[in-house]
Amino acid sequence: MNRPRGMPVLRSRVLTSIRRHVPFAAVAVVALVAAPLLLEPFRLGLLAKYLCYAIVALGIGLAWGKGGMLTLGQGVFFGLGGYSMAMYLKLTEAEGGLPDFMGWSGVEELPALWAPFANPVFALGMAVLGPVLLAVVLGTLVFRQRVRGAYFAILTQALAAAMVILLVGQQGLTGGTNGMTNFFELFGQDLADDSTQRGLYLVVASVLGLLYLGTRQLVESRYGRLLVAVRDGEDRVRFLGYDPALVKTVTFALSAGMAGLAGALFVPVVGIISPALLGIVPSLELVVAVAVGGRHALAGAVLGAVVMGYAKTAFSEQFADGWLYLQGALFILVMTLAPKGIAGLVGRLRNARAA
Amino acid sequence: MPAFVNQLPIGLSIGAVLLLIALGLTFTFGQMGVINMAHGSFIMAGAYTAYLIGDLLLALPAAFLVAGLMGLVLERAAIRHLYARPLDTLLLAWGVSLVLQQLARDLFGAPNVQVPAPAWLAGGIGILPYNRLFIMALAVAGVVAVWAYLTRTGLGRRTQAVVQNRRLAATSGIDTGRVDMLTFFIGSGLAGVAGVAVTLIGPVGPALGEVYIVDAFLVVVAGGLGQLRGAVLAAVGLGLLNSYAEFWSDASLAKVIVFAVIIAFLQIRPQGMFVLRSRVLT
Amino acid sequence: MRIPRPLVSAMLLLALTACGTDAESAAQSNEIKVGLLHSLSGTMAISEVTVRDAELLAIDEINKAGGVLGKKLVPVVEDGASDWPTFAEKATKLIRQDKVAAVFGGWTSASRKAMLPVFERHKALLWYPVQYEGLESSPYIFYTGATTNQQIIPGLDYLREQGKKRLFLVGSDYVFPRTANKIIKAYAAANGMEILGEEYTPLGHTEYSTLVNKVTQARPDAVFNTLNGDSNVAFFKQLKSAGATAESMPVLSVSIAEEEVTGIGVDNIAGHPVAWNYYQTTETPANEAFVQAYKAKYGQDKVTSDPMEAGYNAVYLWAEAVRKAGTTEVEAVRKAAPGIALERPEGLVTIDGENQHLYKTARIGVIQPDGLIKQVWDSGEPIKPDPYLKGYPWAAGLAGAK
Repeated sequence: MNRPRGMPVLRSRVLTSIRRHVPFAAVAVVALVAAPLLLEPFRLGLLAKYLCYAIVALGIGLAWGKGGMLTLGQGVFFGLGGYSMAMYLKLTEAEGGLPDFMGWSGVEELPALWAPFANPVFALGMAVLGPVLLAVVLGTLVFRQRVRGAYFAILTQALAAAMVILLVGQQGLTGGTNGMTNFFELFGQDLADDSTQRGLYLVVASVLGLLYLGTRQLVESRYGRLLVAVRDGEDRVRFLGYDPALVKTVTFALSAGMAGLAGALFVPVVGIISPALLGIVPSLELVVAVAVGGRHALAGAVLGAVVMGYAKTAFSEQFADGWLYLQGALFILVMTLAPKGIAGLVGRLRNARAA
Repeated sequence: MPAFVNQLPIGLSIGAVLLLIALGLTFTFGQMGVINMAHGSFIMAGAYTAYLIGDLLLALPAAFLVAGLMGLVLERAAIRHLYARPLDTLLLAWGVSLVLQQLARDLFGAPNVQVPAPAWLAGGIGILPYNRLFIMALAVAGVVAVWAYLTRTGLGRRTQAVVQNRRLAATSGIDTGRVDMLTFFIGSGLAGVAGVAVTLIGPVGPALGEVYIVDAFLVVVAGGLGQLRGAVLAAVGLGLLNSYAEFWSDASLAKVIVFAVIIAFLQIRPQGMFVLRSRVLT
Repeated sequence: MRIPRPLVSAMLLLALTACGTDAESAAQSNEIKVGLLHSLSGTMAISEVTVRDAELLAIDEINKAGGVLGKKLVPVVEDGASDWPTFAEKATKLIRQDKVAAVFGGWTSASRKAMLPVFERHKALLWYPVQYEGLESSPYIFYTGATTNQQIIPGLDYLREQGKKRLFLVGSDYVFPRTANKIIKAYAAANGMEILGEEYTPLGHTEYSTLVNKVTQARPDAVFNTLNGDSNVAFFKQLKSAGATAESMPVLSVSIAEEEVTGIGVDNIAGHPVAWNYYQTTETPANEAFVQAYKAKYGQDKVTSDPMEAGYNAVYLWAEAVRKAGTTEVEAVRKAAPGIALERPEGLVTIDGENQHLYKTARIGVIQPDGLIKQVWDSGEPIKPDPYLKGYPWAAGLAGAK
């Protein structure tokens, strides 16, 4: 062999890097070009909804799959994002007046909390920063105290329960159980319009794609390796001189930010935000989706959210009662037989073929 | 009597309910590090047992058996394969609870069923009705029984050994698999007993478990892993807190206050009130 | 060429999502599709399934009598899953994909509020069959349950006539109880009644000892109860064991019908009054037939209740409007509907042209030891619906922004 030694290595590296991005690019093309062309508006809207959930799932994949933090309260962050957006939408419609639900809740002037949300930049900023701040505070409090594992899971679940009660109780501020609905326009675009909905779909899909790439980059960086190390042996990482609490807090905050952004996108897509979307059950359902898709692979988390979202719609259209059985059974099977989810099965198949 | 004095026994009785629903959970959670999200479904199973049997006193042992056996099956069939992955167990158990909930809906119908309270529980002393006193007595009896089992029987002592150091216990010849089975049986059985008790105060329907499960978890978290005295103190503390917080504000706010207090409390005692000392590293 | 597997799976997924789009089989000219959208799963299923059953019964009966405009009604049933956004999603599906002529659906106010923009946007028709808090009148919704002046206010009139002047308000924490209590407070202020307390508990709450303590300490003449669902079971059980009786302190409920009595336990609630427009025992010829037909179809042990009857009526009223309009086209049906009057199980109901609610007779009943409800008072004639309470001077300012 008298070929120069460096060349094949370099070429193969470039090739690997290209090959690595082929699957992503392929999915992106399907999602951004084929879907809007092939799907009728109603189904495209549903897909946009699943993709919003996929953004949350991506965050769960990061926090749970990579960081080992089982967060059962992701709906809270999703809700904070959603409510921020909903407040902005309601205020633009009210045009200086009061949002409709305040009328029937007996509120006579605009609460001070609401006023700044008339500004879209503030509202969108809060949709992401609000969840991040809450996660930082909560994370600092609990991770510093080395609350972890099951304790952390239960605390986040209690947070979801408390959040729902708080939102429902403050009807004048939040619309109570009804939440907020009846939105007409976003940045001057009629939300009922099919082209607006198609545009929103493209925005959601692009945001998901970018976040996916960013998260993947992050996971492969030094920080990502540290995160996995924290998951696998927190004490050891501490002995090595790192601060696991900081790593975990940052990760938790990132996943919260993603959930918040997803919530903000969800509201114009679906047209409603209500406490029912962020309680214990929806938060758990997203974790289920991530587990089914495969928590150890970020793509698995995304896939899981879309598959489960679709399955839920399809099942409830066919036979409503079966959904709980299916969801439960799927879960038992995944946990006992395929803990790595669909992504794990795909990986196993690929290995089997390679062997 | 001024209303706020009444809140004291009310708080204690709320605490008794919390203790009863959390007792089994602290058993399984503490002893095996398993977060049993299906605990709520076992409570529900106990309540439906009471509905089928119709007699409160007969229902107690029956519910213990029914729920205990369900727990045993769950442990043998699934959970024992997942001991190394406690968080997965949580999700698995949730899947089980979904199936059980739908099963109850199909077996007994979606509407609530009626479990009549026995005539001898009508009436009461002061603010506390007899059925509340009965629940308090049941909670005390449950705690005493668990305590006696853990400290006064060979099996119980073996259980404690497994909790403190599973591998060492196994090396010393304890059949840890059997201990796990038994622990799960008793823990789930206690959930069944709690289920019978709550028929006296609340609705009996397929979603019954969901109502109580979060509260039960909070008691266990605040009390500390598998610590009996922790669970007792936490349940009574949370009961009183609930009672007074609701008295001075309202039911919604009281729940939020309870959550805030627990977070704050965990800042001081991150592992709950009582910590199991162990040399085992994570 | 090897196609990258992720591409294949993405296409497959897309194909899956797309399927169902071809559901609009060529519109058969001898059928009319109508949507039934209720919670068939989740916490609200208990109540909503019975309404769906009543609506299916009505569709059956209409089809047996020859259908509407010579066409058969074909129900398309969807599950709202006790989740408000799902209601909006399924409503969109029924309208856009199944192209139904009208939708009968909803129970909670939250589900109606979630569906409202969907129906207004697509100019489609929703028939909503449950009593609610008023302050709404969408041009694309017909309300066949009571609004506040046909249930809450008659309930208060009844309590006042009974000499119950000091009230305690207990409710679940959501829109209906809060709005109802605002109305009650305004009524009380205008009529020399006293409100001793107003308490809300989270939906699904079951620990009522503190609340019962507050209520019994206040010693009201009566309690006005707007608790929902499971909470009623816990509240009545705990109230009874605290020694309160229907004689010493009646609890007037507006969300407990025949269906719920069994779950609460007749022993715990017998003797307490409720306010509705219809009971299984209501004595009209139409009701005799309705109860008989319902039991024949679904079982002799089944009971009928107010929301079921309102759902049953909704189908008949819509069918009548379609006959009058000669088409199922939405705007024509809306134009034809006002003034339609039918003898229904609850008596004569008439569609109001102004707000698309019904003229309904208010009835107060007392729960009997057999679990049924016996009427003890009625408003005499159907009351004109007034969702914004414009006809009540004391309610000025309650209607809020609108």
